[in-house]
Amino acid sequence: MSNTTITPQSAPNRRNTELMMLGFAVLVPVLAYANIGLAGDGRLPAGLVKYGLGLGLLAFGAHLVVRKFAPHADPLLLPLATFLNGIGLVLIYRIGLEPTRGQPKAIQTAPTQLMWSALGILLFLGIVVFLRDHRLLQRYTYTAMALSLVLLVLPIPFPAVNGAKIWISLGPLSFQPGEFTKIIITVFFAGYLMVKRDALALASRKVMGVYLPRGRDLGPIVVAWLLSLLILVFERDLGTSLLFFGVFVVMLYIATERTSWLLFGLALSATGAALVGSIEPHVKSRVHAWLDPLYYYDLPKPSLTDSDQLAQALFGYGSGGILGTGLNQGYPGEIGFAANSDFILTSVGEELGLTGMMAIFMVYALLIERGLRTALAARDPFGKLLAAGLSVAFALQVFVVAGGVTGLIPLTGMTMPFLAQGGSSVITNWALVAILIVISHTARRPAPPTVAGEVSAIQNSRGGRRRRAESPVFDQPLDPADADELAGPTPVHGSPLDITPGAGTPDPGLSGAGAGSPASESGRSGDVPSPPSAPPDALTVPGGVPGVPPRPAAPPGAPPSADPMGPRGHSQ
Amino acid sequence: MNKPLRKVSIFCLVLIAALMVRANWVQVVKADDYANNSHNKRAVYADYSHPRGDFLVENRPITGSIETDSKKYEYQRTYTDGAMYAPVTGYKSQFFGASLLESIDDSILSGDDNRLFVRRVIDVITGKERRGGNVALTLNSKAQQAAFQQLTSQNKTGAVVAIDPATGKILTMVSTPSFDPNKLSVNDSKAQDQAWKALNGDPTKPMDNRAIRTTYAPGSTFKLVTAAAALASGKYSPDAATQFDSPMRYPSSTKELTDSAGAERCKNATLKVALELSCNTVFAGIGADLGDDAVKKQAEAFGFNDFGAYDFQKPAEDTKNNLDVPSRVTASKFPSNKTDVGATMRASIGQQSVAATPMQMAMVASAIANNGKLMQPYLVDSLKAQNLETIEQTQPKELKQPVTPEVAGQLRDMMKGVVEEGTCKTAQIPGVEVGGKTGTAQRGVNNSDRPYAWFVSYAKAGDKMVAVAVVIEDQDADVERNDISGCKSAAPTAVAVMRAVLGK
Repeated sequence: MSNTTITPQSAPNRRNTELMMLGFAVLVPVLAYANIGLAGDGRLPAGLVKYGLGLGLLAFGAHLVVRKFAPHADPLLLPLATFLNGIGLVLIYRIGLEPTRGQPKAIQTAPTQLMWSALGILLFLGIVVFLRDHRLLQRYTYTAMALSLVLLVLPIPFPAVNGAKIWISLGPLSFQPGEFTKIIITVFFAGYLMVKRDALALASRKVMGVYLPRGRDLGPIVVAWLLSLLILVFERDLGTSLLFFGVFVVMLYIATERTSWLLFGLALSATGAALVGSIEPHVKSRVHAWLDPLYYYDLPKPSLTDSDQLAQALFGYGSGGILGTGLNQGYPGEIGFAANSDFILTSVGEELGLTGMMAIFMVYALLIERGLRTALAARDPFGKLLAAGLSVAFALQVFVVAGGVTGLIPLTGMTMPFLAQGGSSVITNWALVAILIVISHTARRPAPPTVAGEVSAIQNSRGGRRRRAESPVFDQPLDPADADELAGPTPVHGSPLDITPGAGTPDPGLSGAGAGSPASESGRSGDVPSPPSAPPDALTVPGGVPGVPPRPAAPPGAPPSADPMGPRGHSQ
Repeated sequence: MNKPLRKVSIFCLVLIAALMVRANWVQVVKADDYANNSHNKRAVYADYSHPRGDFLVENRPITGSIETDSKKYEYQRTYTDGAMYAPVTGYKSQFFGASLLESIDDSILSGDDNRLFVRRVIDVITGKERRGGNVALTLNSKAQQAAFQQLTSQNKTGAVVAIDPATGKILTMVSTPSFDPNKLSVNDSKAQDQAWKALNGDPTKPMDNRAIRTTYAPGSTFKLVTAAAALASGKYSPDAATQFDSPMRYPSSTKELTDSAGAERCKNATLKVALELSCNTVFAGIGADLGDDAVKKQAEAFGFNDFGAYDFQKPAEDTKNNLDVPSRVTASKFPSNKTDVGATMRASIGQQSVAATPMQMAMVASAIANNGKLMQPYLVDSLKAQNLETIEQTQPKELKQPVTPEVAGQLRDMMKGVVEEGTCKTAQIPGVEVGGKTGTAQRGVNNSDRPYAWFVSYAKAGDKMVAVAVVIEDQDADVERNDISGCKSAAPTAVAVMRAVLGK
């Protein structure tokens, strides 16, 4: 691990890289937009300049704010999100040019989506400006739980749209609260698991080489499972249900490092899926369509839940082939309803071909991996869990939607992040990226050039963070999570390799109680760059994670790590 | 927490990799299956995204392709004299597929054919709009017109097929009542749907292709086949008297077979006279004398039973035996009557269960006119590229030799006799050698239904030749049910076609 990346003076904050990438992220959609007009009636579409300037200004504004308020954030997150949002707008515009199957005339929804995108970017800016430290969210762990429960049950009294009860409508506006819940519930999971991970990880019996959780520790996972089953039954929303449960299980695994949780979660979700798949007609017909996409054409009398949408999507991919028909030269309207939301990827496949599909998947993969990188780089367990949870939620959503519309897995009815038409979705995803940016800024921020105790210097160097630093959230040790990374192979208490993040706080996650105590302040010494003469640290810190400053060895004789994973040892 | 995080990162990459593999699967491996699925309208839209090639008759297009304001169906197929050419071209519909040559030569007309590939690439490079290739037909426009006019001017239901015996070129193919294929290519799904329902529900069945896909009892025209069998057997010659009674009793039956030309003239008549007068007793007697196998063998030599399945819609078990011109011709049939001599007698005069398409009877006349050689009938003279360069020229092909040149000559003499002295003197054309055979096929229980009127003929003038078969279903009520009706109803059409082809 190169130490140069952590020297504040020379640390490249990559903002210029971001700006350059943003240029591409704006240019490509603008050219695609021009392409649509040229392929249609041979002229550049009206409002090309307006659209280009609009997207460009939004992106540039976002860049400036990131430059100012999160200068050390990952440079790829913003360009990737801008690119996907821009391409999404272009695709929505293109699909809106023609009536879809069963529609009397074309409805252009791109302007609405542009408005939602602008709102999403504004929310992004708001989060980057005002959420200066993601740990603030930790305070609202149980508020988040309550809020997500409310949001989840909210759509139940509202009428089902296309078979799923995931909408709430207030007058002319309608929302999909499930989208917002994605972030809020991840905040809850992160906060909850940070507190409980010790208990969940520690107590277990080993049966046939697998550590089985204790019966009473099964509580949370069973509750999450039941909840997702209830979503499935009451809202008929397979996607959201799968997403929440999947995110919970993965975060549980990350928090406890217990493979048994994964196996357990897998078993539970398989049971749940089989159960619901065999009862719920809505889900049943989708499983049918997945097993035999062309089944619809063999039905003598298709019922209301039967659909040939997947078949039409596959036809679209087939007609698109490797290079695609070219924008505005295919027939995405054949998909019927949801052509510009759930099924928007089909238009990519048809008009941009396999080439375009691979490119889009690549961009999603990059975005997800940058998110997970952020989790790796984060110095606090809450940040790690939150970044990981959000990235995994994003990844699962991409997989579930793209897998559904390509026939890899049964169709679940969710929107393609950033690409698809839908205000709730685009706003949520901008918020998600904003939180990742905040976490990555915090993680990649160069460590202050001071030693433990010189708090004021740290705070000055961060500019105006003093007030926040006094808030209880920040009084916890910054990095118990990395402690387990740094824990050497020798679980001897007081060894130089044993990290003492806090002053004897048994559960670092609960250390918010120790407000302003000198002990917790001293925990901030974790930010101090390690002297070059600390080879054991350098060896145990995973290589190649930029911006993660190695921790200095704890003072000898410090209390043993409360982190149960420490003693288990991690030899990298 | 970093260790599980790394594993989760790999898991996420695996998810994306799975999506990528799936995309390759659906867009490369399965792409053709999906692209060409019959439920995939995109293939249809692609088909309509550029002008379709045309059918040419004597180098003039009889079809067109006009631009519409629709984005899905950018071009619309148009037909000039659509109803007249419908039995040849078929239709090309946005919603109901295509039929006949529109379907068979679709790859040329749409431009997808591999032989048009180079031209397509050149068009792309030079920025020219893509266009389909053309299909040049063998039809004779005047003869086609004459036949169509003859049938439609009197609202007749029937069909006409004319072949050039020397090459097999189909010069005329008409079926009435016909339909206007423009109705099935108009760019309006509602109008098309209505037209489709109306055409299919029409009791006069305008979409039936009677020339090649309807079989009729050939009636007395089948006597040509029986006569050929008789001459080929060597037991009979045109001018030797036969030994058959008139009226004639069917074996083990009280029913009698009579001759409308009169018992005295038909009793012991020569073969030539018997054909001229269309004596049922003589040919029924010959059938009984030669036996079922001999008559059947001769019928099969002309093409009965020989080609394909009886139902053209069912796949033939042995496809090499299909008669494709290139539209598939429904098989004509001569069923075995081995144990029932009475049935063989009736079959020998074209009744019983004998069934023939007008195409089949034209082939009989064609073989006789062409010294016994039966040429493969064909409709497509050549396939042409967008610039009318020929990319495939159909070569005439001998199908088989149903009769010897000698027997063919004798049959021609006998057929000439029919026109010069026999049942249809009105079919004479000055300065032209015309031979024919009338027929009236009886139908229904106790012949209660209207009979079919047939006229099968050939004509020669100089080095030009033509063989024609005409069948008409609904002759006038006042026409008596005898052989004369074939001459009265069907022969004028045949004469008009022969005149048109020979230019007389």
